[in-house]
Amino acid sequence: MSLVQLLFYLMAFIAVASALFVAATKNLVRSIFMFFVTLFALAGLYVLALADFVAITQVVIYVGGILVLILFAFMLSGKETLNAVGELKRKFININKLPAIILAGLFLAVLITVIFRIDADNLAWIKKAQFTKNVILPTSATTENIGVNLMTRYLLPFEAVSVLLMVALIGAAHLSRKEGSSL
Amino acid sequence: MISLTDFLIVGAVLFCTGMYMIVSKQNAIQVLIGIELMLNAAILNLVAFGKYDRMDNGGQMFSLFAIVLAAATTAVALAIILNVYKRFKTIDPGQVDKLRD
Repeated sequence: MSLVQLLFYLMAFIAVASALFVAATKNLVRSIFMFFVTLFALAGLYVLALADFVAITQVVIYVGGILVLILFAFMLSGKETLNAVGELKRKFININKLPAIILAGLFLAVLITVIFRIDADNLAWIKKAQFTKNVILPTSATTENIGVNLMTRYLLPFEAVSVLLMVALIGAAHLSRKEGSSL
Repeated sequence: MISLTDFLIVGAVLFCTGMYMIVSKQNAIQVLIGIELMLNAAILNLVAFGKYDRMDNGGQMFSLFAIVLAAATTAVALAIILNVYKRFKTIDPGQVDKLRD
């Protein structure tokens, strides 16, 4: 087993285990801070998938932006969410959660079945990409190619997403203004 | 090298965890975290397949767009959560059941 595979299994284990902890815990603070760990482990997985620019973007935007926003939402939305800390001593598996567990488990079974039946490593277009050497290698620099593609081939989605960001900015500012100050 | 199937399985597990959180949690912030988990699972799949597209970078490019969309979603969701808290004094989605003013 090579070092890359070992790192992959380590990262995958950290990501899955911390995600399960985030889902299982009743303490909101712990779940938010464990979500940090999940996002970092996912950034490591992106690096192992040879997408280093996406990994850096993940760290900057998710960890630096989205998680801080979630922390702000948590701190601004009152203290009674902290009361869940006191009632940790309840049953391990709540009977109310059973339908959700069944739903997630069955969906996981469906997804795993589909993944094993589709046999993604032997798809036609992936074989073709390997044959024509259209594969990112660990030695190839991708960021330059991403920049060129962003300004040529993917210019329309880029502009659309910039307009959408502005709409979201104005919408968030409009939603969170004081009630009845200036209508 | 790592096979595609490994990436897909990790993505599937993360997706189902996020779905469990969305369905079962009684706190809007944890529902939001579940949505982020599902988005991250989708991004992981995009990145894993994007390895076989060196010329066009389709997978990596759309994973970047998905990250930007997630940021926009979170900003708006934060504003909505704060408004709901101001009006109902709770952020349990099960108790917010009034549509009119």
